[in-house]
Amino acid sequence: MEELKIGYDLVIDEIPEGSRVLDLGCGDGTLLKLLQEQKNISGFGVEISEEGVSQCVEKGVYCYQADIDEGLSDYRDNSFDYVILNQTIQNTKRPDYVIKEVLRIGKKSIVSFPNFGYYRTRAYLMFKGTMPVSKLLPYQWYDSPNIHLLTIKDMIRMAEDFSFSIISEKHFSLSGVDRSNVISIAPNLMAEYGFFVITSIES
Amino acid sequence: MTKKEKEPEHNSIGIVNTEYFTFCEPPHPLKLSNGRKLGPVTLAYETYGTLNENKSNAVLILHALSGNAHAAGYHSDKDKAPGWWDTYIGPGKAFDTDKYFIICSNVIGGCSGSTGPASLNPSSGKPYALDFPMVTISDMVNAQKKLIDHLGIKKLLSVAGGSMGGMQALQWTISYPDMVESCIGIATSASLSAQGIALNEVGRQAIFNDPKWNGGNYYDSSFPKAGLSLARMIGHITYLSEKHMHEKFGRKFQDSANAGNDMNPEFMVESYLRHQGVKFVERFDANSYIYITRAIDHFDLRADYGDSLTAAFENVSANYLIISFTTDWLYPTGNSKEIVRALRVNGKNVNYTDIETDNGHDAFLLPNELLEKNIKNFLKSELKKSEI
Repeated sequence: MEELKIGYDLVIDEIPEGSRVLDLGCGDGTLLKLLQEQKNISGFGVEISEEGVSQCVEKGVYCYQADIDEGLSDYRDNSFDYVILNQTIQNTKRPDYVIKEVLRIGKKSIVSFPNFGYYRTRAYLMFKGTMPVSKLLPYQWYDSPNIHLLTIKDMIRMAEDFSFSIISEKHFSLSGVDRSNVISIAPNLMAEYGFFVITSIES
Repeated sequence: MTKKEKEPEHNSIGIVNTEYFTFCEPPHPLKLSNGRKLGPVTLAYETYGTLNENKSNAVLILHALSGNAHAAGYHSDKDKAPGWWDTYIGPGKAFDTDKYFIICSNVIGGCSGSTGPASLNPSSGKPYALDFPMVTISDMVNAQKKLIDHLGIKKLLSVAGGSMGGMQALQWTISYPDMVESCIGIATSASLSAQGIALNEVGRQAIFNDPKWNGGNYYDSSFPKAGLSLARMIGHITYLSEKHMHEKFGRKFQDSANAGNDMNPEFMVESYLRHQGVKFVERFDANSYIYITRAIDHFDLRADYGDSLTAAFENVSANYLIISFTTDWLYPTGNSKEIVRALRVNGKNVNYTDIETDNGHDAFLLPNELLEKNIKNFLKSELKKSEI
């Protein structure tokens, strides 16, 4: 299982030293391991595959095997400083439920996802007339885990509908496999990925 | 439980001995959960590997219902089979005897060298039989704690076991939070299901209904072998999954020429179960079977803590590796998930995986690459963390 380190640098920048962090859909645990090494965090992961869990165990990252649509309700309010949904929200069955729970159990949450509003994705659909397949979205419509694709603008609208605040936005495109370039001009058109730090705690 | 393939010789720990520790001599008996007292108490145990200078590499292995202290290696050159968890304990194996000091302790109530119903009651000079007090998983753990103290170990790197062994491991982390760095609970539960209790009860009834059982007083006459072997046969059905049983035996006949002509075992599965039953009565005491299955049935961490499993794990300080098997119907996945949930809610460190296998409950005794890898990696990182 080779993981792309999409947005890892931005996540690591965002999270302060010593935080308690829950990573939903943590894959092989690379991000949590980096956060442990660089930010001395207490990390917890949730991963759906037994292979992912065993790679986490190998890295010394605590992780339990579960579907992230289940089990979030068990956690107490504000159990974590940060809950990470890195390239995961579009895979969940009920993003509305997941977002509500994530906001409840985390003081802050990081939500990052492939931006379906990216101009090349729009152009693909416009000119080819089929579901976009690209480096960003490397699946056919029938085998894609991305069952709830969204745009950056969709997330901003969700913040209004679900009354949570957006603390910061760092929408980005990738240069290389693990370097992020933050796009600040017309991000819904120009950025490959959306990156939000959100909270339901009123400031 | 089921017979294991003979291990290749090269990574065996070799010849090992069972040792015995006797404690709680009068006037200081072991106080049991039900208020009764037991003493003196002997525990049979084995150790493999070397305790390091800091005494930080000790791992306590806990066994299941029919297990004993002999977890790995051979007692003599003539032994046909190694200890019950030899697949996972030895040089370079999951519980690597080159790195860790492995202790496997028997349980009180047992019949493999530890004090149990077949032991002599000092007050009567005769075997205890049913005068032996009821013991709980927690009592078993309290006795093992004396053994660990005796070995001079202040903190165990890990407590580990499958099935009832996992129950003991969980209990260890709750009873002695400061003495355990980590816990490996495999195919286990915070309480046995009603179905599990029902099957244990059918096993006990098989023993009770054997006339030779005689209210538990059979030590100076003939043993209730028929009852105990039937109990064991029932047990063996519960350890296998439907699919594993089908793959192992199918509808194959033992002796197809004679099939349908008499009441001798015909199907391979019949002959397997009878063989398991017969083999078991040679090494196990019927009264111990009753006491230990009772201890399993009564184990209930939720009930111990005001009907809250979350409360049970509130003050633990161990890090956990919990593993279940997809086809285990005796200790199903849901049982492990409950433990994991309680730990998560308390913010404890827990790894959990549900390993896909056809081997049912028995999977923890059989070779499994993922199980081996997870145990090995977990212990490695727990040792590293404990040394910081």
